[in-house]
Amino acid sequence: MSWLRHLFSRRRLYDDLDDEIAFHLEEKIDELVAGGMPLKEATAAARRGFGNVELLRETAREAWGWRWLEDLSGDLRFGARMLRKSPGFTAISLLTIAIGVGANAAVFSVVNSVLLQPLNYPKAEDLVALHQVAPGAEGLADIEDGLLLSPSMYFTYSEHNQTFESLGVWGTATANVTGLAEPEQVRTVGVSDGVFETLRVPPAVGRWLSEGDQVPNGPQRVVLSYGYWHRRFGGDPAVIGRSIIVDSRPREIVGAMPQGFRFVDSDFDLAVPLAFDRGNLTLSGFGLHGVARLKPGATLAEANADITRMLPIWMDSWSNGPGTNPHIFEKLRITPMIRPLKREVIGNVGELLWVVMGTIAVVMLIACANVTNLLLVKAEARQQELAVRKALGAGWIRIVRGLLVESVMLGLMGGVSGVGLGYAGVRLLVAIAPSNLPRLNEITINSRTLEFSLALSVLSGLCFGLIPALKYARTRAGSALHSVGRTVSASRERHRARNLLVVSQVAMALVLLVSAGLMIRTFVALQRIDPGFTDPQRLQTMRISITDSIAEPQRVARTQNAILEKLLAIRGVKSAGFASEMPMEGFHLAWNSVFAQDKVYSEDSTAPPSRLYKDISPGFLQAAGTRLIAGREMSWSEVYALRPFVMVSENLARELWGTPSAAVGKRLRESPNMTWHEVVGVIQDVREKGVQERAPEIVYWPPLVQNRYAPSARTATFVIRSERAGTESFLNEVRAAVWSVNPDLPLASVRTMQEVYDKSVARTSFTLVMLGIAGAMALALGIIGIYGVMSYTVSQRKREIGIRLTLGAQGSDVRQMVLRQGTKLALMGVAVGIGAAFGVTRLMTNLLYGVSAHNPLTFAAVAALLILVALLACYFPARRATSVDPVVALRCE
Amino acid sequence: MQRDLFPGALEMMILQMLKRQPMHGYALVQQIKRTSQDLLQIEEGSLYPALQRLLKEEFVKAEWGVSSTNRRVRIYQLTAAGAKHLAREVSSFERMLEGITRVLAPEES
Repeated sequence: MSWLRHLFSRRRLYDDLDDEIAFHLEEKIDELVAGGMPLKEATAAARRGFGNVELLRETAREAWGWRWLEDLSGDLRFGARMLRKSPGFTAISLLTIAIGVGANAAVFSVVNSVLLQPLNYPKAEDLVALHQVAPGAEGLADIEDGLLLSPSMYFTYSEHNQTFESLGVWGTATANVTGLAEPEQVRTVGVSDGVFETLRVPPAVGRWLSEGDQVPNGPQRVVLSYGYWHRRFGGDPAVIGRSIIVDSRPREIVGAMPQGFRFVDSDFDLAVPLAFDRGNLTLSGFGLHGVARLKPGATLAEANADITRMLPIWMDSWSNGPGTNPHIFEKLRITPMIRPLKREVIGNVGELLWVVMGTIAVVMLIACANVTNLLLVKAEARQQELAVRKALGAGWIRIVRGLLVESVMLGLMGGVSGVGLGYAGVRLLVAIAPSNLPRLNEITINSRTLEFSLALSVLSGLCFGLIPALKYARTRAGSALHSVGRTVSASRERHRARNLLVVSQVAMALVLLVSAGLMIRTFVALQRIDPGFTDPQRLQTMRISITDSIAEPQRVARTQNAILEKLLAIRGVKSAGFASEMPMEGFHLAWNSVFAQDKVYSEDSTAPPSRLYKDISPGFLQAAGTRLIAGREMSWSEVYALRPFVMVSENLARELWGTPSAAVGKRLRESPNMTWHEVVGVIQDVREKGVQERAPEIVYWPPLVQNRYAPSARTATFVIRSERAGTESFLNEVRAAVWSVNPDLPLASVRTMQEVYDKSVARTSFTLVMLGIAGAMALALGIIGIYGVMSYTVSQRKREIGIRLTLGAQGSDVRQMVLRQGTKLALMGVAVGIGAAFGVTRLMTNLLYGVSAHNPLTFAAVAALLILVALLACYFPARRATSVDPVVALRCE
Repeated sequence: MQRDLFPGALEMMILQMLKRQPMHGYALVQQIKRTSQDLLQIEEGSLYPALQRLLKEEFVKAEWGVSSTNRRVRIYQLTAAGAKHLAREVSSFERMLEGITRVLAPEES
């Protein structure tokens, strides 16, 4: 582009022009001198004939159209000089902007990576989760996962659908890998045919699992995750074709997936084929996640209609065994609610992140208000300079532009340092973010974040530059030159903008502090809840799977019992036990119906609601610190004797029999072909699904039960109560104790109960920390804002105060006057803020627990705090006001 | 009283001069003055902004050379685009002039 080429060579163009003009003049002088004129006169005549050299040079330069650019560079240089001239102002403004932009850049990069970026799959926008709800299936379906799919559903959907290009089902589990180094428990994902085809991510080496791998009892194959492939095999491509022992069966490795590949939201080590045996499938067994790729042009509504159409086909094609009515499942009222896969991955975290983003944006607004205030103060001091410039002929656009260039420059400089802070901020965020935050590993600062920060810097620069610029550029030169003189005290007019800014700052700070206050109340409320275990930091937990080589249930139980004996022998161990899982661990829980002996269940009505099933060992309650409300515990001898005993949770006991003590001695069973089990004990309610979630009704089974629908799990969480929990030496002794029973036993999820608990409240504590940080920043900025305005007001009113003092005003009168003014601003801000907070806190209702969004105490406390802080911020300027010496004040300037 | 030239007039004259032969700025001024027999009052310096505009539009191009007085000097030359522009300008000027002349001419009855 020639315009640009000329621009960069303009220095040369200008020099050429100067040379040319010089040549012209010399030539002319020579001519005149040759004509007999003296040199001096000839020079003057040549110049006269030529015209105004400077002006012509300017006009000639203008021909190229760079005037605005050169003015701009002039403005830039001038702006830089102004910023250098007041380093204190510049430093404070830069710091404020940098913090604001940095915090925003950090949070934005999280929002961008988690919420905005498409998932890491080719054409991810066509991917959907086959989510379905079943209002009639309490217990089977939960709020988060809905009703998962059964294998028979998969076959029906996969074979009869008209809207999906491909679909598959998958589920997570754990497996033991032996024969490599030490035995290891790994995370597996079982996949049906169609899952890889739907996600479409090509393998790093080898191939996907194919249809041929899905044959029940056929060839055993496995695909590795990138992480496992590198951890165990150093990323060697020759791994294809090798075998590993998974759950005592050799499996051939056929492929490995690339870095970053996950099954929807699940990290995994091994992907194994589900290999359903079609002949043995029933309708139920709802435990699989469905993922599908929509045909081009198909909508979610069409897909939902498609599934609705297929549900009767599903019920007609499969049964739950001879003599059962498949249409009993109509009672579940299964309804498809297909949603974009991204929505499934993000889950409910979107709301949390937007709250945090909004919070941080408010901090940015407060920061802008602060810098605007500082700029207003500065512009006031520069009024005379601006008036002079205007008197010399500068147009108001030119002046506004000059001021804007200065403030945008400030914004950009702050923004650049802010991005640096943002990098640190993102690391901090990732470190404190809930570890179950989806896509945590994808969070990075990318070009979009940089664009965002750039836009934010420029925008905030314009924002805080515009108010002073418009305010002062339009004042008439004459009046400005006058009023800066010594005889006039500051007018009311001048303070309006600044007062307004202070009021809005206080209001915004109040909103943030109220939100933070509500989160603190929530946190305190959560701490007060009895989760169903005590002293979590002294509780060591770990998952232990009994390998398949120990087959019979009796031997499994004896092995588990032996492990407990060894654990109890460790120094410092008070008690130990195991359960199918600890509260809040988030493993998939077993649910099933419970029939009480003294209740009548009609054949055609719906089955009794499903209850949570847990297996617990003798000694578990004592170890976990879970209270026994009524009755007693079981002993190992009773377990081995297969005594038909069971325990129930307090809320289940109350529901079925009225009181806990009434429940003892009653009997219940899972299914008609099971003997009645006597309730021997009632256990306190446990917050199984998280502190904030209602405690579910639970049936506690012993580790050995005859005729159970699902055999007791081979994997259990062992829990040890000890002062030494979590220490390395303790863990070493624990491992040695476990392996002394059987060296093939893998340990997994070794952690203290405190970690489990913290993870469960991570969402709340993350919000709390973020709001706390934002609130603290808002408070600090608010104090600076009030202090700045008040102390500047005082310094401007020195003359007036001097006059008042001379006329007999007391120091206390003056002090009160200043305090009154500050308090008035703070009160107005608080009033506005309370109104705004009422609206805003409603949005975070879902994040609160045990406190209403409009909790009066929190509102009052925050308002009082803000007023107090405002008074404090006014106090020092007020004290300075009374120290004004009237004589000095009247003489000054 | 000196009458201002209309916008573009100076450029037109420069292009016309350059059409005959390439020359430097000073020579251009002298030529225009001589040819117009001093009927046109041109501020000598005003030639240079006009030349810059023409350079930018690429109606003329410039090369550094040496003058008869042995000084380094920039010599301007008409480009093809400049020649075309000149022809257009001249014809539109002639039409304008004709129009003005007709209006100013004593009425024929």
